[in-house]
Amino acid sequence: MIAALLVALLVMALGAVILGATLGYAAVKFRVEGDPLVEKIDSILPQTQCGQCGFPGCKGYAEAVARGEAEINCCPPGGEEGIRKLADLLGREFKPFSDGFNIEKPKSTAIIDEQTCIGCTLCIQACPVDAIVGAAKQMHTIIAGQCTGCELCLPPCPVNCIAMVPITENVVTWKWKYPAFSIGKAA
Amino acid sequence: MSLRKLFNFHGGVKPAYNKEASIQLPIAAAPLPPELVIPLHQSIGGTPRPLVSAGEHVRKGQLIGAPDGYVSSAVHASTSGTVKAVELRLMPHTSGLSAFCVVIEPDGKDEWGDLAPVPWRSMNSDEVRGALRDAGVVGLGGAVFPSYLKANAGKQGHLNTLVINGAECEPYITCDDMQMREQGEIVVRGAAILRDLTKARQVLIGIENNKPEAIAAMQAAIKATGETNIEAVTIPTRYPAGGAKQLIRVLTGIEVPHGTRSTDYGVQCFNTGTAYAIYEALELGRPLISRIVTVAGNVETARNYEVRFGTPMRDVIALSKAKPDTDRIIMGGPMMGYRMPSDSVPVVKATNCILVGSPALFPPPPPEMPCIRCGECARACPTDLQPFEMYWFSRARLFEKAEAYHLADCIECGCCAFVCPARIPLVDYFRFAKSEVWARETEKDAADQARQRYEFRLEREERDKQEKAARLAAKAAETKAKLAQAGSGDAALIAAAAARTQEAEGKSNAE
Repeated sequence: MIAALLVALLVMALGAVILGATLGYAAVKFRVEGDPLVEKIDSILPQTQCGQCGFPGCKGYAEAVARGEAEINCCPPGGEEGIRKLADLLGREFKPFSDGFNIEKPKSTAIIDEQTCIGCTLCIQACPVDAIVGAAKQMHTIIAGQCTGCELCLPPCPVNCIAMVPITENVVTWKWKYPAFSIGKAA
Repeated sequence: MSLRKLFNFHGGVKPAYNKEASIQLPIAAAPLPPELVIPLHQSIGGTPRPLVSAGEHVRKGQLIGAPDGYVSSAVHASTSGTVKAVELRLMPHTSGLSAFCVVIEPDGKDEWGDLAPVPWRSMNSDEVRGALRDAGVVGLGGAVFPSYLKANAGKQGHLNTLVINGAECEPYITCDDMQMREQGEIVVRGAAILRDLTKARQVLIGIENNKPEAIAAMQAAIKATGETNIEAVTIPTRYPAGGAKQLIRVLTGIEVPHGTRSTDYGVQCFNTGTAYAIYEALELGRPLISRIVTVAGNVETARNYEVRFGTPMRDVIALSKAKPDTDRIIMGGPMMGYRMPSDSVPVVKATNCILVGSPALFPPPPPEMPCIRCGECARACPTDLQPFEMYWFSRARLFEKAEAYHLADCIECGCCAFVCPARIPLVDYFRFAKSEVWARETEKDAADQARQRYEFRLEREERDKQEKAARLAAKAAETKAKLAQAGSGDAALIAAAAARTQEAEGKSNAE
């Protein structure tokens, strides 16, 4: 009687040990690198790296949102659509931009006025995506295709030679409009 | 008549063809206009870089725009004259936007630059492709995809079937029909060049059976040229039999699946006009500077014209005399064409037809009614899509779901809108959804690139910091070692400091 009980206990204990070991090994072996939620949030963010949210870079903001330390309505370049996507992903309520954050600007590119540039390299150091080329006492210029329009190069410029120019539509980037009927007089 | 087995594609419609008016008269050469406006961006892909500037004299066929990027094609001057400007001009595009054009004032001599035939038989395939790219040859069926990218033998090293598209299924358009009748031999010779370039086992020229003269002309041309393995095949008339995938299906039975290319199945398709242009480019060394354009619709005499690129549409329409109630210009046919912002836009490589419209000819669409999900559109769709589902999601701006129904495979042929009993402009919704999807994709790519560059920058800054710390540590260790060598204690430190001061003074004196 006692022996049978002992055998049963031993079998169960052995089972527990084997399963526990397997789970423990799997936890180490198949460990997820980084926080997958942060990656998901980061992929929604527009990657302007502008810091308007108050965190260093889009990744920093993504981490803060994932930890629950930041609201989802702090990213003006992402627009309302970005907030909606974040709300969907995180299961939170949609929140409109709070005052001071609601300035949705048209997408722009920085342009350096090459006549005024003195070649101080301050903007190069400020650019988060290395989109400015130039060297000390040489003219600087912006690689338009890489510029995210974050405006971080504007404040350090000592001669105010950088301007933000909105990106205009051209034949290639033109989009078909939503089909709409013009309302006319009924016959 | 051949006994070739033909296949069917799904769906399709039979609109009124209205082709008779423009096949009464032979092709006429359009006269030189007072000003040619040649857009640099005329084909799919990168915008060519301008090679000329205002004041320069150009000759006919001179390169004025160099291809930029892998998918791009050259642009040439279509007559001799003086470049007046390289400036923004209204484009033949629905948007009404402008783009860079080379404006040429013809000198009237119309004199060719130096032309040399391309010895393509003794060149390797990359060199021939380069020659086609520099000759600006693009698909003249309407899609204007650079032909050099298509003129290769594929992964297998040879094609099974080369399809030459002479179906011309769109109503009103007859430019391919007339070209096959009048210049059939050159089309066949061009097809033979393509056959040799792609190492195709057989060449099938597909022509709809509403063009018996073109079929007879092509069969005669094949006999006259003595080219082998080329056959003109009559196919049933049904719109859109001239779509590349539909024509391949009809002629070979191969249904090219979603996300693959026809070359993966040993088939490639070129338009008859493209075959003609390839002959001209390789055998005569003439770049693509003109094409045959049908002028039809609300005009006195519908006709086909050989038009130099850059000729304002207004000048071409004037030859056919537009009727007074004309209210719109459409580039292409009534099914797939685009409304032009003005009649001053130039004829470009994509202009197969200038369709002149009036309220009587194309009455305004009746009001859109709700979709009743009858499924007529799905029965008519030649690409086996479900337009009513795509419509639903496009309308609701749920683009991911519309994409899940293979929105990208839509060829915008207009069959669904043609049969819709609720008269919903389905294609307008799909065009809207497609351009939104495309814009999002470009934005996403840009964001990914920005993320990569930002992360690389952080990494670099971190590395610089570590390297600096390591350098300082090494220096500190060195100094320490030196001190230890010189002897320990304050005396040594003081001596070292004095030496440094002396050195510094010496330096400043020297300066």
